[in-house]
Order: sequence, then C-alpha cells, then structure tokens
Amino acid sequence: MNLTLKIWRQAGPRHPGELVTYKVKDISEDMSFLEMLDVLNEELNAKGEEPLAFDSDCREGICGSCGLMISGDAHGPERTTTCQLHMRSFSDGDVITVEPWRANAFPVIKDLVVDRGAFDRIIQAGGYISVNTGSAPDAHSTPVPKENADRAFMAAECIGCGACVAACPNASAMLFMGAKVTHLSELPQGQPERDARVVSMVDQHDHEGFGGCTNVGACSQACPKGIPQDVISTLNKDLRGALRG
Amino acid sequence: MSVATTTSSRPATARRTTIGLKILMAGTGLVFVGYLLLHMFGNLKALAGEEAFNDYAENLRTVGEPFLPYAGLLWIVRVVLLLSLVGHAYAAYSLWARAGSARRTKYAAVKTAARTAWMRWGGTFLLLFVVWHLLQFTIVKFSVNADKQGPDVQQNPYELVVASFQVPWNTLIYVLAMVALAFHLSHGVFSASQTLGLTGSAQAYRRAKLLGHAVAVVIVGGFLVPPFAILFGLIK
Ligand code: HEM
Ligand code: SF4
Ligand code: FES
Repeated sequence: MNLTLKIWRQAGPRHPGELVTYKVKDISEDMSFLEMLDVLNEELNAKGEEPLAFDSDCREGICGSCGLMISGDAHGPERTTTCQLHMRSFSDGDVITVEPWRANAFPVIKDLVVDRGAFDRIIQAGGYISVNTGSAPDAHSTPVPKENADRAFMAAECIGCGACVAACPNASAMLFMGAKVTHLSELPQGQPERDARVVSMVDQHDHEGFGGCTNVGACSQACPKGIPQDVISTLNKDLRGALRG
Repeated sequence: MSVATTTSSRPATARRTTIGLKILMAGTGLVFVGYLLLHMFGNLKALAGEEAFNDYAENLRTVGEPFLPYAGLLWIVRVVLLLSLVGHAYAAYSLWARAGSARRTKYAAVKTAARTAWMRWGGTFLLLFVVWHLLQFTIVKFSVNADKQGPDVQQNPYELVVASFQVPWNTLIYVLAMVALAFHLSHGVFSASQTLGLTGSAQAYRRAKLLGHAVAVVIVGGFLVPPFAILFGLIK
C-alpha cells in the first residue's frame, strides 16, 4: 500500500518543530508500524537526509518504549503497542499523522522521542517496597488471597508506556499511578508503606506538572494493557486514607 | 519549560495534591446533589396548588423553632451551599488551569474530550444560571411577565413562579440550564464516586455509572415538571 505520512520533526529539545510530509510506497500489510518507519528511514539514509528518531526496544509489546500518537490515537487505532500495530489496520492512500506524546512532563528530546523520566521519578518517590535483602523467602511464607493476587497481577501489567498521559485531555498520569499503587496495595508486602507511598507518589506526580484527573477514561481506552479506570479509584481511596491518618 | 528533573523538595501532604482538590470537588458536589433533591421535591408542591406551595415555603422558615430562630435552618443551609460553591468552583478552575498548562504544545490531530469540556463549560453556565435564578426568585424577586407586576406577585412565591414560567424565553433559559445540569450530574455523580474511591471493582464502577444517569434523570425530570405545567397552562 502507499501512504502519506505527516511526521513531527524536531532537531532537539529547544528547537522548534513542525510536521513534515513523506510518501512511502509498497508497504506490506504484514509490517508493523515501526517496520514501516524503518523503511522510511532507509530511504532517508539513502538520500543522505537525517533519519527520523523514534523509540523502540523489545518490539514485542512488553517494554513500553515505542509510544507514538498516530492520527490522534495513542499507539494507533488498535488497542496495542505501536510495535505490535500492523499496517493492515490502515488502508491504501491513508494520510497518517505521527506525533510524539504531548505533555509538559514528557519533553521532546528529538523528533518522536520524549523523555519519560517523570515516570521513573514517581516510582522513585514511593512505588516500591522496602525489604531486607538476603536469600529469597519461601514462596508460601506470605499467603495472598487469589482475588488480591489476580488484581495485583492485572495492575502489574502496566508497562509504563505513557499512552494514558498522551490520551488524557488533562495530561494526567493517574492511570499509571493507579496501576502502580493498586499493584502494591493489593499485596501484604505493600501494606507497611501504603499511606506514605501514595502521598509521595501523587506529590511527585503534581510536581512533575501532570494535570488532575476528570475520570473520563480516555486513559483506559488508550492503554495497550487494558488497565481499567477502577485502579484510579483505589489510588484515590488510598490517598483519602492517608488524608485521615 | 517547567519540567521537573528533580524529586519534589517540599514535604508531601495529601491535602495539597490534585486528588485533594478533587475530593473537595466531590464532597461539595454531593452537597449540591442532596440539596437539589430537596429543592426539586419542594418545587413539585406547585402541582398541589398555591396553598401547599406557599405553606411549604413558609415551613422552610419555621422548621426547627423554637430551638432555632425564624429562618435559622434556612440560613444555615444557605451558608453551607455558598461555601460549597466557592470550594467547588475554586477546585474546578484550579484544575482547569492546571490541565491547560500540562500540555502547552497541542496535538495537530486532535481527539476532542467532550465530557471534560462539558463539565467545565457546562459548570460555568450553571454558575451563571444560579446567579440569575437567585436574583429572580430570592434576592430581588422580580417578575419578567409584563401582565403580572407589583407586590402581590413579588411577595407571593407561588404567583411569582407561575408568572415567570408563563414567559417562554424565561422557561427556555431554565430548560437550557437543566440540560447542562443533566450532563453535569450524569458524569459528576459517577466521577465523585470514583474520586472518593468507592468504585474499586468492575461491578462498583458500572453501578456508579448507572447511578449517575439515574440521579440526572430523576433530578432534571423533577425540575422540569412545574415549569412545563405552567407554560402549557396546566397550572395557572
Ligand atoms: C462554578 C461553576 C461550576 C464549575 C466550573 C463546575 C465544574 C465541575 C467540574 C470540572 C467537575 C468535576 C468533574 C471531574 O473532574 O470529574 C464538577 C463536578 C461536579 N459538579 Fe460542578 N461545576 C460548577 C458548578 C456546579 C453546580 C452549580 C452544581 C450543582 C448544581 C455542580 C454539581 C457537581 C457535582 C455533583 C459534581 C460531581 C463531583 C465530582 O465530580 O467530583 N457543579 N463540576
Ligand atoms: S497504565 Fe497503560 S497506558 Fe498508562 S503507562 Fe501503564 S500500560 Fe501505558
Ligand atoms: S518496543 Fe517494547 S513495547 Fe513496543
């Protein structure tokens, strides 16, 4: 298929950027979206032009580094990561706009690459449990009811891709934080630091410049892992608990 | 660019966070819902005729006597509502401003966020309506009906209501406000449940969504009955 791409090009963090139009030809529908961009980059290289910068690592939907805004949809029209999005989701002759995640807390480094360090700092602020190191404890030394284990595993699926922030009308990171907080709050190991964790993480979130949540759910719709909005409820409940404590 | 590259240095407190503001918005919003249910019930008394309606209005002023002075409870409710409105609007506009600056470079290919815009612009419209509504029926008590003027109308709550809603443009303003209210409540009630952390399972989440729609239909439906009954001459 032949496509017209309008891609955000920006030389560096402090440079102005703009959408630049490219044509690509004979794209196979079995290619992933990133492979299609690889094809474009080979053509740009051959012409001696600066290739397009975009992030990717695993290319199998588990590392979370490949986020792109594709014609207004985070990770494109399917509920998956950009690396797992196939060109059969598009039609011959389509015009596709490709932009980086837009949030002040995710500054553009170059072209489509943004700095998601804000997520790391939110995790550093409290998204962990403190344990004594040593030999691993026996697997059954702390029993966890199945329901809690299931919900913790569901929340732990978050890969930190940032699509929730990119899709949110307020550029809020509540779904990401909700997933992280729920993951630990469902487990016995997460209890001792439960109050302090949520306060520090939300405080860091606000400090990074993310917006507040309006509970409209654009995040969950965009999330490649299908993290549901109810994790934000758990986050809010934990914060309310900390407010009392 | 106001991009943080450091960890926050001020001591973290739960109250100062954006979620703290949301909890304020949810709490005050639920105060409004409770009040609106009572207010709607009172309005429906208009269907029972002049005496029932005016008695109800007078009873609002004498309830709690002799422990409370005349109109004592009414004033308590007014103060609570006013403080709630200030808190609600403060939280709404702070978060609105924050959202505006959280994404300074906009997307070229945009997906609209209709519900968020409805809450903010619809809420602002409701605020203006509340001012208009209070001037009309509580503070100035003016009649917009050219045929019905004077103290007999202004000092008689039932007459003033009937006179006002016989005027189509006045009823239209009211209906528009009710449409805005329906949207505000159907998302707002769900959103408040979520903000207060009451929707932490898929089932509770679905129930809160349903509850939001139900509250909106009941309140707005109830509020629309008397004005339409007056406009179409069922109540004179
Ligand atoms: C001053 C003008 C107003 C503005 C700008 C405004 C805006 C908002 C916003 C942005 C929300 C939050 C939606 C969300 O983030 O999830 C909200 C919630 C709500 N509002 Fe308003 N509103 C206003 C006035 C009113 C009035 C007059 C009422 C009552 C008649 C009302 C009732 C509610 C309720 C029940 C909620 C749910 C609480 C929540 O979502 O946390 N609002 N409002
Ligand atoms: S919650 Fe979903 S969209 Fe957000 S960072 Fe995690 S995986 Fe990505
Ligand atoms: S490259 Fe790892 S999730 Fe897409």
